[in-house]
Amino acid sequence: MKKTNKRGSFIALICVILMLALVVVLENTVPFTSMLFTVLKKGAVYALVVVSMNLLNGFTGLFSLGQAGFMLLGAYTYAIFTIPSDVRDSVFYLFGGSALHISFPEMFESVFGSTGVGGAISLILGVLLALILAGLVAAFFAYLIGLPVLRLKSDYLAIATLGFAEIIRAVFQWDKLGPVTNGANMLKSFPSFTSFNLKDAGGHVVLRLSTLVPFVVATLCIFLIVLLINSSYGRAFKAIREDEVAAEAMGINLFKHKQLSFCISSFFAGVGGALLAMYSNQVQAKVFTAAMTYELLLIVVIGGIGSVSGSCIAAFLYIAASEWWLRGLDENPFLGIDAPAVFRVGLRLVVFSVIIMIVVLFFRRGIMGDRELPDLFRRHKKAAKEVAK
Amino acid sequence: MEFAISILLSGISVGGQYALIAIGYTLVYGILRLINFAHGDVFMAAGLMMVYLSASLPLSVSVPLMVILTVALGFAIERIAYKPLRSAPRMSVMISAIGVSYLLQNLATYVTGGLPQMYPSIPGLSASVTIMGATTKWVTVVTPVLVVILVVALTQLIDHTKVGMAMRAVSRDFETAQLMGIKINSVISATFIIGSFLAAVGSVLYFTNYRSIVPLSGAMPGLKAFVAAVFGGIGSIPGAVIGAFLIGICETIIKGSNWTVFSDAFTFALLIVVLVTKPTGLFGEKATDKV
Repeated sequence: MKKTNKRGSFIALICVILMLALVVVLENTVPFTSMLFTVLKKGAVYALVVVSMNLLNGFTGLFSLGQAGFMLLGAYTYAIFTIPSDVRDSVFYLFGGSALHISFPEMFESVFGSTGVGGAISLILGVLLALILAGLVAAFFAYLIGLPVLRLKSDYLAIATLGFAEIIRAVFQWDKLGPVTNGANMLKSFPSFTSFNLKDAGGHVVLRLSTLVPFVVATLCIFLIVLLINSSYGRAFKAIREDEVAAEAMGINLFKHKQLSFCISSFFAGVGGALLAMYSNQVQAKVFTAAMTYELLLIVVIGGIGSVSGSCIAAFLYIAASEWWLRGLDENPFLGIDAPAVFRVGLRLVVFSVIIMIVVLFFRRGIMGDRELPDLFRRHKKAAKEVAK
Repeated sequence: MEFAISILLSGISVGGQYALIAIGYTLVYGILRLINFAHGDVFMAAGLMMVYLSASLPLSVSVPLMVILTVALGFAIERIAYKPLRSAPRMSVMISAIGVSYLLQNLATYVTGGLPQMYPSIPGLSASVTIMGATTKWVTVVTPVLVVILVVALTQLIDHTKVGMAMRAVSRDFETAQLMGIKINSVISATFIIGSFLAAVGSVLYFTNYRSIVPLSGAMPGLKAFVAAVFGGIGSIPGAVIGAFLIGICETIIKGSNWTVFSDAFTFALLIVVLVTKPTGLFGEKATDKV
């Protein structure tokens, strides 16, 4: 048993390394304007957020709709702590400059220098620190919110967390906090994915790494979530999902474990929010609405509630379909059919929501159900063995 | 003084409009234990239908037609999206409700092309009136009266008719009611029909006040009406109405002060306080949790 486990993780490691290598190769061979990279970047970000939501909704059975709020916290934390000091005043011009004057990448630049390898190290360390802080801020707020809210049951919990997300959004748009959050205006000019492209002295891009960055961060985070799910904590979460009363009778501290799951899920949602900010080069509170949470929830459902690999696949499929494959539905001559009355803005999302409704109604288990990718191979093998006997 | 009166008036009016939506939530929750996330969007769809119908038909035809279509929409949503999931876990039904809400919003975006639509002005409702020195629209005066009439009619329906008795029985115990020969499906359909009818009436009043309709117009009023239903004690009709009036008044007071950003947040803060301190709401029945 142990041997197969070891072999399994070895195979998984090789797969991950191959995937990351493929991403780098692709980005440096295919023209970087291709939609493929938009899909890959946004898909990686969404995969992380969706998996974190699945940890809460699918594995712990806590139906929370606060994901967008925690992403907002993460995105703002990241942006506020990484905007370079020389553009700070122009970003916060409406409020006469920023109240906070900390920029993590610059902090490290004073140690490692701002050019060459030193600059790269300080950028990486600065962004990493900001990402972790983004997660921590989201987790801290989740802890505070969880104290009263996690005592509620299913749909009340959903509506209360949704309410908190709306409150957070209102607070961040508040004028009085303008010097910190820039009010309802957008934050921009912070390091994004493209900042990680390697450039030579002349400013020409030598090696594109902008797609690799979200992949590395998302893979690492999802790996941590998988470790958690397979640990004794993960088993406790699943026990709570199956039957709270029975779980409590088996000696699981319900509140403690719910709180833990809520905080960890929010931590990764915060990191995901920060990545989303990096992806879109800007942060604005009005983007993180309840509609965004609904969208994430629907991706979780498509992938299968309680399946990490299902969530990842669904995230990439969803982003690919909405950003790339079905784009054509919004423009008139679609596949050579000329019907301006039918093919106009919005059709894509209608087709999309119909697909989602079909999944919700008729394929309730989603793509993967509660299985993972390796389970599929294992089952085939077992079946083959039985046939051989 | 004038300012205070005008705020109070518009608060009562907004509250009345929330009340009409809140009843739809509270009825459905009472019977199916489902937060019908799509209800706010049915309300928005009613508004949009009115825009398109009144463009080609006279008001005397378009208003009843809009009400009928909204009722049909509510009925169809229940039959298509909720009925197949009757034996599924509650979470699946709620996800389905969110899916329907997403579908209606996207459909509205597609139909309108993403542009805000202007609600037609309805003679009699849109005209101005002056009460104690405060100028307002007639709709402000009509709303509370209409709400009271409709609520009285609804309580009569629930207390004294066969359908009402069946609804009360189903909300008390789903399975036993079924065993007693009550046709669950028709009772649930009746609930959705009543809820959609009230949402249609509410949309006429609400959009006469806020005339521009966008696909997301229904989401916020919907959520607020739900909060009102929880505040008043979910499952209780008078509770939902009183809760809605209180929320409407508080909201207009906040909108009148310089805390406007928090007018939505206040509603949710209230929700959380209510849920944590008194989950049964103002008039809710004490629920016994069966293990």
